[in-house]
Amino acid sequence: MSRAVTPARKTINTVLAWTVALILFFPILWTVLTSFKPEPVAVASPPVFLNFDWTLKNYYDVERQRDYFDYFLNSVIISLGSTVLGLVLAVPAAWSMAFVPGRRTKDLLMWMLSTKMMPAVGVLVPIYLIFRTLGLLDSRIGLTVVLMLINLPIIVWMLYTYFREIPGEILEAARMDGATLSSEIIYVLTPMALPGIASTFLLNVILAWNEAFWTINLTVTDAAPLTKFIAGFSSPQGLFYAKLSAASTMAIAPILVLGWFSQRQLVRGLTFGAVK
Amino acid sequence: MSTQASRVAARAMLSPTVLLLLIWMIVPLVLTLWFSFQRYNLLYPDRSGFIGLSNYLNFVSAPAFWGAIINTFLLVGGVLLVTVVGGIGIALLIDQPIWGQGIVRILVISPFFIMPPVAALVWKNMFFNPTNGLFAEAFKLIELRPFDFLGQAPLGSIIMIVSWEWLPFATLILLTALQSLSSEQLEAAEMDGAPPVKRFWFIMLPHLARAITVVILIETIFLLGIFGEILVTTNGGPGTSSTTLTYLVYKEALLDFDAGTAAAGGVVAVILANIVAVFLMRAVGRNLDA
Repeated sequence: MSRAVTPARKTINTVLAWTVALILFFPILWTVLTSFKPEPVAVASPPVFLNFDWTLKNYYDVERQRDYFDYFLNSVIISLGSTVLGLVLAVPAAWSMAFVPGRRTKDLLMWMLSTKMMPAVGVLVPIYLIFRTLGLLDSRIGLTVVLMLINLPIIVWMLYTYFREIPGEILEAARMDGATLSSEIIYVLTPMALPGIASTFLLNVILAWNEAFWTINLTVTDAAPLTKFIAGFSSPQGLFYAKLSAASTMAIAPILVLGWFSQRQLVRGLTFGAVK
Repeated sequence: MSTQASRVAARAMLSPTVLLLLIWMIVPLVLTLWFSFQRYNLLYPDRSGFIGLSNYLNFVSAPAFWGAIINTFLLVGGVLLVTVVGGIGIALLIDQPIWGQGIVRILVISPFFIMPPVAALVWKNMFFNPTNGLFAEAFKLIELRPFDFLGQAPLGSIIMIVSWEWLPFATLILLTALQSLSSEQLEAAEMDGAPPVKRFWFIMLPHLARAITVVILIETIFLLGIFGEILVTTNGGPGTSSTTLTYLVYKEALLDFDAGTAAAGGVVAVILANIVAVFLMRAVGRNLDA
């Protein structure tokens, strides 16, 4: 908005906005700070903010005692794998719905979204039993497939809204010039849709990374990602605030940074283009 | 623009996705239905067979059931209320000309990217803990007795945690919607002497209606399945005071190993979610077409 405001007004608003922002951000800041404290300082009363002996020991301990990196690797494999797999399926599907719409395309899209409405607990029992029978419990492959299926409707929707904005004439022109369907998709559509595909990719990596129902219930140790790792700290013997903070910081840092980069695209992605 | 050939190709490219989602939706659902009529405990696999509606009666007559339904609605409703109202407030604030708007945006959106177990454990241990949490310290500072948040008000505390995770989402979407509002309209209203409250009520709020609907729809989808936060904070307790439907089914299935009753619970959850979904989809469909 370009309405003129007095400097005093702007100052007040700035102070208010920063206060709200810092309050919302504070738990994250506090976690990061605590991760550098020696364990006794972490529970000191009154709490200590900055003047303590900063240490990296917690990070070291979390890796050495709890094999942090194994979980981290599982998170990376599962979230990247499920997203890439989802994109491979969804790009052609979204392409066909965006450029060759049929009478039922809209219903189809709504139906896909409605599969997201199904509560995970509704299918927990059979999925668990199927996984047990097939030996997929606690396997990366099983979890990757499940997360792919959960996020597939979102991936299709997001891609669809991005593809829709590409003028069909360009594709027609390519076709006139003799481009085959596959080269049309690879050489014409994909470069134009790359920003959309990229933000779909980012958002779904974030969603998969933070998914905390299937990742916790379908894994034990071998395929357990960071969600399970952190949930393990809820038991009383795991109550070391500084170590918990170090583990938490490492679990959220990569996704937080990704999130900051993708936040501009986040709104239209998560609202399926309904809010831009 | 589409030729016969491209139409066939389009079908071919669409079908794997549709097929997979269809299988993903139907197979587990049919199995859930099947198990819900069977006697099936994972600990006693030999005792099996058709038992009619017993599982349903079991699930619905359990003392925790109605509480779980109420808790589910309180949780979803509470978080929606906090995030939509709070989101509008914060969005209005950030939309004003301020210094460092970009950084404020990033700070505000950050909690959305925190995985649920981290968010819940950080709040549980470092804020809510009645002996050395930050809230307890603050209470001591003003000479009040520390309050055991998760013990005394478990559901309220969980609502607080989940709201913290989802407030950024609501804020960001409402802010985006707000920024697409033309300033001429507001200026015109201002010149006509409309006070801020009326400008908000008659111009901004109607403009935000669509964004608010979207926020409610998407949050509801995710909030009905809230699980990680409950698991690591209260385990559904004390007693069953913070057990939601999702958590109750989880308990039946993976803690009591009663697959039959859990399946019946799953069916109940699906039915409830569908009732909510029908209302939501209708509202959203109307709002999105316009």
